[in-house]
Amino acid sequence: MATQKSWLQRCLTPKVELPGKLMLGASSLCWLLVIGLWAGLSYGGVVPSMFLPTPGDVLAAGARLAGDGTLSKHVLASLEVVLIGFLVSSLVSVPLGLLMGSFRIVQAFLEPLVNFIRYLPVTSFVPLFILWIGIGLEQRVAVIIFGVFFQQLVMVADASRGISKDLINASYTLGAKRCDVVLHVLGPASLPGILDTLRVTMGWAWTYLVVAELVAASSGLGYISLKAMRGFQVDVIFLAIAIIGLLGLITDQLFRLLRLRIAAWAQ
Amino acid sequence: MGAVAKKPYIMPPLSVYAEVAARLRVDNVSLRYRSPKGETFTALDRVSFEVPDQQFAVIVGPSGCGKSSLLYLTAGLNEPTEGYIYVGGQKVDGPGADRGMVFQGYTLFPWLTVRQNIEFGLKRRGLPQDEIRTIVEFYLGEVGLAKFAEHHPKQLSGGMMQRVAIARALANDPQILLMDEPFGALDSQTRLQMQQLLLQVWGNSKKTVVFVTHDIDEAILLADRIYVMGARPGRIKEVLDVQLERPRSLDVVMGPEFISMKRHILGLLHDDMAEVH
Repeated sequence: MATQKSWLQRCLTPKVELPGKLMLGASSLCWLLVIGLWAGLSYGGVVPSMFLPTPGDVLAAGARLAGDGTLSKHVLASLEVVLIGFLVSSLVSVPLGLLMGSFRIVQAFLEPLVNFIRYLPVTSFVPLFILWIGIGLEQRVAVIIFGVFFQQLVMVADASRGISKDLINASYTLGAKRCDVVLHVLGPASLPGILDTLRVTMGWAWTYLVVAELVAASSGLGYISLKAMRGFQVDVIFLAIAIIGLLGLITDQLFRLLRLRIAAWAQ
Repeated sequence: MGAVAKKPYIMPPLSVYAEVAARLRVDNVSLRYRSPKGETFTALDRVSFEVPDQQFAVIVGPSGCGKSSLLYLTAGLNEPTEGYIYVGGQKVDGPGADRGMVFQGYTLFPWLTVRQNIEFGLKRRGLPQDEIRTIVEFYLGEVGLAKFAEHHPKQLSGGMMQRVAIARALANDPQILLMDEPFGALDSQTRLQMQQLLLQVWGNSKKTVVFVTHDIDEAILLADRIYVMGARPGRIKEVLDVQLERPRSLDVVMGPEFISMKRHILGLLHDDMAEVH
């Protein structure tokens, strides 16, 4: 009995490590509760099936769409938009953010404008983008870039600004020139912060993808949800949401592994 | 107050050192800041002194006396408001590898291994790979970390990190080694070990060292000459030669010479605090 009591105490003590099995159990329990609640509400007929599909319906819809190839087509369309938008944005924001965090003049030049744009709701620009770029791939990519770029810029700049001055001073006393400091100190020292930024903003990219696809698209997961809404296919909407969640989870884990691989030195 | 007479420090004429070349010459250096309110704060007030070649100089003083500022000025990481600093006859103008520095905080590059940290300066100079290797191996041995060459800083203790920092600075073969309270963050046992290790490494390399500390025991144990500073404004109050024989073991701290010197320095620092309050 003593162990049980101490377990309970450990669970209720802040920041105390718990055994892996218990952690896994707690995580599984949460999922089971949510799915159980969903199953109860849908199978029990508490919520009409027009509004809430049963888990079985969603799986069946998944099998149906996977079978006729529509699912992979729309998943790939969505992935294409997210990856292009995210890549283009990151390729510019990372070096520019490093400069913004390292050079006060770049900071003074860009920061006020960037902070202004950063707080503008991306959704309000969608009509403008449609007007300017049309409703093709470019428009959706533009929405993602617009949603992600300015946030990345500020976060990367913060990461490089947070690097201790001592580290830079030490490199000077070892004979580093100013360009060495940027390339060999600020760059590598910001790497963990940059990877964290990319990981977080990747999640936002998925959010803006759906925004872009809901408004104007002829393919993609957001598009099939919208089409499903019109046909009262609530199971397909659920399927699209679940897949976006899953894809987000996978990209998130990939970034986590990448960080462990190339920035293991930063605990 | 102890056996040593108290007197304000006046810089001796240069002829005193004529036979030994001054490795470091601080010439009438002042450092003033302007606070945001517009008040002027004098961190250093017309400081002048010289450190002869191969000497171990220690600067002691209360916090806020500008002893660290003096090191940063010598390293070229900051500019004096007035006056000049010369290292090896060259006027200091910006930082450079000829003035190695060990900082109080841990400043190893965490993404590099111990070996790569020591290589950092050598690579910047573009030395050939085999030469870099020889130098790194030598200094890894000097600080007793050959077994840890491929470790990352986060795997090391505080004392080990400072040993790497010393090796990293010395690998560049600087004219002078500047040390800013390098053992300040270490526990007292490690600190004693590090002091012995530093004396040993210094004995082998015969570099000129300028070591800043507020620990009087540390100052007497290490120094050939102690520069006692006073605060507000920061200035040199007195210069004391430490005559204790080398190599110095820990036993010297029990000796009467050590005690009387310590008493004298404590008195100087105490007077300084009395002036402020």
